[in-house]
Amino acid sequence: MFERVDSLAIETGDGVVFALPLAGVMTRFLAWLMDLVVVLALTALVSKVVMIFALVSADMGQSLQMLGFFVISTGYTFTCEWRMRGQTVGKRLFGIRVVDAEGMRLRVSQLILRNLLRAADMLPLAYAVGGVSLLLSSKAQRLGDLAAGTVVVRVVKRELPALAGVLGDEFNTLAEHGVLAARLRREVEPRVAEGALAAVLRRNSLDAEHRVLVFKDFADHLKSVVHFPEQTTLGMSDERFVQNVVGILFKKERLKVPVRRT
Amino acid sequence: MIVDLPGFVARHTPCFEELSQRLQRIEQAPDKTFTIEEAERVHYLYQRAVSALGQISSLPESNELRRYLEALVARAHVELHDSRRRTTPFRPIRWFTGVFPRTFRRHLRAFLIATLVTILGAVFGGFALSVDDAAKETLLPFSHLLGDPRERVEAEESGEMKGGSHGTFASYLFQNNLSVSIRTLAFGLFWGIGSIVLLFYNGVILGAVCFDYLRAGESLFLAGWLLPHGATEIPSILIAGQAGLLLGRALIGWSDATALEDRLRALAPDLVTLTGGLAILLVFAAIVESFLSQYHAPVLPYSLKIAFGVVELLGLIAFLTFGGRAADSPALPGRQYV
Repeated sequence: MFERVDSLAIETGDGVVFALPLAGVMTRFLAWLMDLVVVLALTALVSKVVMIFALVSADMGQSLQMLGFFVISTGYTFTCEWRMRGQTVGKRLFGIRVVDAEGMRLRVSQLILRNLLRAADMLPLAYAVGGVSLLLSSKAQRLGDLAAGTVVVRVVKRELPALAGVLGDEFNTLAEHGVLAARLRREVEPRVAEGALAAVLRRNSLDAEHRVLVFKDFADHLKSVVHFPEQTTLGMSDERFVQNVVGILFKKERLKVPVRRT
Repeated sequence: MIVDLPGFVARHTPCFEELSQRLQRIEQAPDKTFTIEEAERVHYLYQRAVSALGQISSLPESNELRRYLEALVARAHVELHDSRRRTTPFRPIRWFTGVFPRTFRRHLRAFLIATLVTILGAVFGGFALSVDDAAKETLLPFSHLLGDPRERVEAEESGEMKGGSHGTFASYLFQNNLSVSIRTLAFGLFWGIGSIVLLFYNGVILGAVCFDYLRAGESLFLAGWLLPHGATEIPSILIAGQAGLLLGRALIGWSDATALEDRLRALAPDLVTLTGGLAILLVFAAIVESFLSQYHAPVLPYSLKIAFGVVELLGLIAFLTFGGRAADSPALPGRQYV
């Protein structure tokens, strides 16, 4: 049995690994449903337009209508993915994209092949074979993806995190306790530090209630690791406390450690 | 664990932002060619980003930053690492007259196997009908073929069955035959077995129809009816079977130590070429079937129709045998699978 992963790891020639988050079954299903609606709408539109030709010849109108439906239903996905860099209307709406499984530029032949092989994925109905393949495949690939060497990933817009503004400032009163701050750097587990940093970076995306709860949890934990004097933390909100701790952990500044003189 | 993240970000931000902007321009105009200076600059910025990612990827603390850098490196990697990009523009006529027949010949054994399977199906279809006449309803999915061949020939020759919707009929035939071809190719994903089943089934239908008309003494009508469009339609389905068998062969990977992904990656362009070529042949077959095959003697003498079909078949054989031969070279890319 394959080991399922939720992201596609690609190693560059320099030996550095980066990961692309794989799209889930439900997201792909919803994108497909959306595309189905688009195809039906386009077909209805084209049917109306080509019926103008029926005024000249009924045979021509009917023939174009039939061809129009066939071309749209079979060519829509390929054309969109080709012109929209691996996306269809549905995929764009649900934030997913087809990419090469090795992180390279998609070739037209890959897009044609993954769409031609839909015929097998659709068996016996409603993409049952494709769905099973998607669930069993380690990279969440349907059969067409496997043959064409493509995967569908989530498109997540990443912004450069504004670290300078969130890692505390010159008013970080915790940093004045050099020994405690040094102990904090030594004692706090990496995953806790990472979680605290993530919380600080994403705090504006949390609603008010969860924001309070998240920072209370972190603050309680961090206070249990290192006890700062009560007068230092008195009146300091949990969020400010965590922010100051994160500042100590991630800012490379000298700590004021008192020197013992003999 | 501890790193001066704000300092790190401040030092690298101009580089990251420039790379992001350049990538955005490339993504918006993917067909635009790089100048040497642009390519060098993007490559330099990419290396800086990779280096930065390398520095922080050992630090789980910097998750947000790492994700940002991973996304940036992924975008740049796509644009920079593609040695497979087409260096010459796609020329449809040169592709059809050169690349398609060469690809066909490169995988001739798969085509011969597809032909053999279809012939076996045809023999079975004829045999089944010879021992059980009632099997006709099961074997033939088309209502107009279920009747007595003699009655049909009489009706056709008397002009009772002529209709005026040739365009609609041609469109129907094209989409039906292309759908059958696509299925024959796609079912190759089941290790080639699906393609074999469909080829055999098509053979059964063909064999049963031929036997039915031959038994009724309508061999001349049969040849005049089937040859004009069948000369291109049947080989097209066989080419689809050829592609399906290649796909199955690549999936199984007999006597090929290459990784599955590499085998499929190498085969993909050939599958697309074969499918594109057969689609063009099917357009021709649909037009012939709609505008020529449906007319019979005395409107069109059978000898003329048969001669047309024979010439067409010989032309197709010549095309697939000699097409693009001038450019044939042992160094041509592509893996021999069957």
